[in-house]
Amino acid sequence: MAKGQIVAGCLAPHPPHLVYAENPPQNEPVAEGGWEQLRWGYERLRASLADIDYDAIVLLSPHWQTYVGTHFLGLDHFEGLSVDPIFPNLFRYHYNMNVDVELAKAIHDEAEAAGLPVKMMENPDFRVDYGTITTGHLFNPDWDKPLVVISSNRSTAYYSVEVMQEIMIELGKVTRKAIEASGKRVVVLASNSLSHRHFTTESEVPEDMSKEHITSHAMHLWDMRIIDYMRSGQAQRILDEMPEFTEQAIAESDGGGLSWLLSTLDVPDYPAILHGYGTIIGTGNAVVEWPCHAHEVSEA
Amino acid sequence: MSSGEVVASFVVPVHPHTVLAPGQNPGWQRLRDALDEAAQTIQDLEADLIIVYSTTWPSIIGHQIQADPNPEWVMVDHDFHDLGSIPYSFNIDAEFAHAWDEANRQRGLQSRCVNYKGFPIDVGSVVALTLLNPDNAIPAVIVSSNMYANRSETTVLAKSCLDVIKAQGRRAVAITAMSLSNRMFTDFISPDEDKIHSLKDDEWNRKILEFLEQGRLEDVGQLSRTIQQQIRVQKVVAFKPMWWLSAMNGNRNDLTGRVMAYEAIHGAGGAVVHLDPTSSGVGDKEYDEDDVEYYHGERDVLDIVEEEVVESQPTVDAPDETSNGPDLWEPTEAKGSVNTTAAPKPVGAYPHARRVGDMLFLSGVGPRQPGTNAIPGGPIHDENGDPLPYDIKAQTHAVVDNVKRIVEEAGASMDQVVDVTTFLVDMKRDFQGYNEVWAETLGKVGPTRTTLAIDALPTPIAVEMKVIVHMPE
Ligand SMILES: [Fe+2]
Repeated sequence: MAKGQIVAGCLAPHPPHLVYAENPPQNEPVAEGGWEQLRWGYERLRASLADIDYDAIVLLSPHWQTYVGTHFLGLDHFEGLSVDPIFPNLFRYHYNMNVDVELAKAIHDEAEAAGLPVKMMENPDFRVDYGTITTGHLFNPDWDKPLVVISSNRSTAYYSVEVMQEIMIELGKVTRKAIEASGKRVVVLASNSLSHRHFTTESEVPEDMSKEHITSHAMHLWDMRIIDYMRSGQAQRILDEMPEFTEQAIAESDGGGLSWLLSTLDVPDYPAILHGYGTIIGTGNAVVEWPCHAHEVSEA
Repeated sequence: MSSGEVVASFVVPVHPHTVLAPGQNPGWQRLRDALDEAAQTIQDLEADLIIVYSTTWPSIIGHQIQADPNPEWVMVDHDFHDLGSIPYSFNIDAEFAHAWDEANRQRGLQSRCVNYKGFPIDVGSVVALTLLNPDNAIPAVIVSSNMYANRSETTVLAKSCLDVIKAQGRRAVAITAMSLSNRMFTDFISPDEDKIHSLKDDEWNRKILEFLEQGRLEDVGQLSRTIQQQIRVQKVVAFKPMWWLSAMNGNRNDLTGRVMAYEAIHGAGGAVVHLDPTSSGVGDKEYDEDDVEYYHGERDVLDIVEEEVVESQPTVDAPDETSNGPDLWEPTEAKGSVNTTAAPKPVGAYPHARRVGDMLFLSGVGPRQPGTNAIPGGPIHDENGDPLPYDIKAQTHAVVDNVKRIVEEAGASMDQVVDVTTFLVDMKRDFQGYNEVWAETLGKVGPTRTTLAIDALPTPIAVEMKVIVHMPE
């Protein structure tokens, strides 16, 4: 069997506002657009990968929050209605997705062997979290690739960003190992925002872009600093500064997605492509691609 | 009707074990038995409304209130999905939900109702309503826990709820779905290994329960921040429910408390506590945080733009509370008025300044700091009117700074100040210090000046200035 390969890794945030603004048939509410900078960013990301063939998407969402270990969706198929408990006015999405259980189990088993507490989620009534659905839709609106969905272990809340990073870096390594052993070509997605201080009020028309801006200058500076590191191939510095970034920017990287992604990509030293940046109710969001296929020589 | 009241309050645990797996652990079974007994108590009290404040339903845009008359779905826990599924179909009092939502807005809170098929009701609410209201005999409401809300916001949320309970003459039961210590084991354990995560968590839990057993709910509320630091994983929702529950009970310390069960659920502290409003004694308060009636918030991030579209007719908002001095008011709006959040709020219905032609007239400006209302150099007396030492120079500097902010908000500059009237409450003590600061600041600009000694100013300050500016186009 040919060695598996990660063809791309992406930061692919999940604010439901972006799906709302797209008006896809699956979502019940209707919008007059909005947040175009980020939606165009997703368009560019999709175009950038249009000619790259891959078998599966591996995604870590901070909205499947597990306090006891790391969990993996463990059934072939999930469908249902996802209603965002925080923005139910914007996101009521009828989802229908397939899971690459074989690859999920392979990552699960590698993680278990490495000593991480892990569990397969095999309850058919389980509702897939809205972060997964949102990123899943924006990255691949056709839903024609199976996903591996990994929960976000809340070790930042339980211990510290440092402990979270230890766990996530280990989880990244075993994710890579399992992908390589699977013989599959895979895209990995970290579904999180950067700075994450929300407005606590919503304008009359949620998509009124005259009301949208970053919550504070300090948040903007942090976002730009992290994006600079991404664009200049300094992933290690992102990991190094993760504790300060996560604390000071109240960043959604607390869920571990970004640390896991960078570890899965073997802490890339080549530049990432910034496809878009924008704010959503004050939080900072970037759509970023590490084009691994161009940098990692396939040994197949 | 105005006889509405909270007839009982309960603290209940959030995890699904009590519904799905009580038989797997004797402690979980004891919690379940206590919840079943609580359900019977609620029925015996002939309650006609159950209100759940749930810590497992976080919100960002203010508080959300469930208003789907019959939400139905199947709940599966994000962590404990292997214990099984909990199908639910609840009887929600949508009319009460909407009235509460409206009452929230009356008291200055961000609030909204949610009524969407398939809305994922959180695990804490599902467990509470499944066990406490088994046949849906009693209509219920559920409210979220706002991620960013602090004590004042959470307290006012309860007060607006009480407004509606009273207006509708309801016999309400208030429930907080919450853990005490919320640290769980981060690894999988077998049910027979369950215990409170650490000795420290256990000791704190027992201390909280001792207070509750004595009916000292307000004290627990006022200890919330300490408890949060000591035994709570810093998740988004802090130890807020005791603020809400205490305010639902009139911020009292003389309730009749009963701890019905206390056990571990995967390491977290789960308790069932009944708080009966019957007075158990004196109820002296150990702590004395201020009460609050209206929420005025700091969250005007989006409203910056809206200020520009304020209608030109004069508007008068209700005053804020302040502990030392008169109520604070929103500055009034009228033709030519100039107001800024960078200056302290007025103590009456007037603007910061008003422009007529090329003249700008400022209302009397003191040293209070915008936002915090603090007085640089210290207040001149305490809340009882007893004199305090204060620094006239610091106060005078602060007055000049406030004047500058208002003048600049109007598009003018300090060198356009033409006339100043200064009021001092103690000419003998303060003239010299005031005069020095004057010389370094406005004295360099050169306005005419009149300094008067007066008996008192409305807030505990020593100096105030009345300023006129000439600002030609
Ligand atoms: Fe999020």
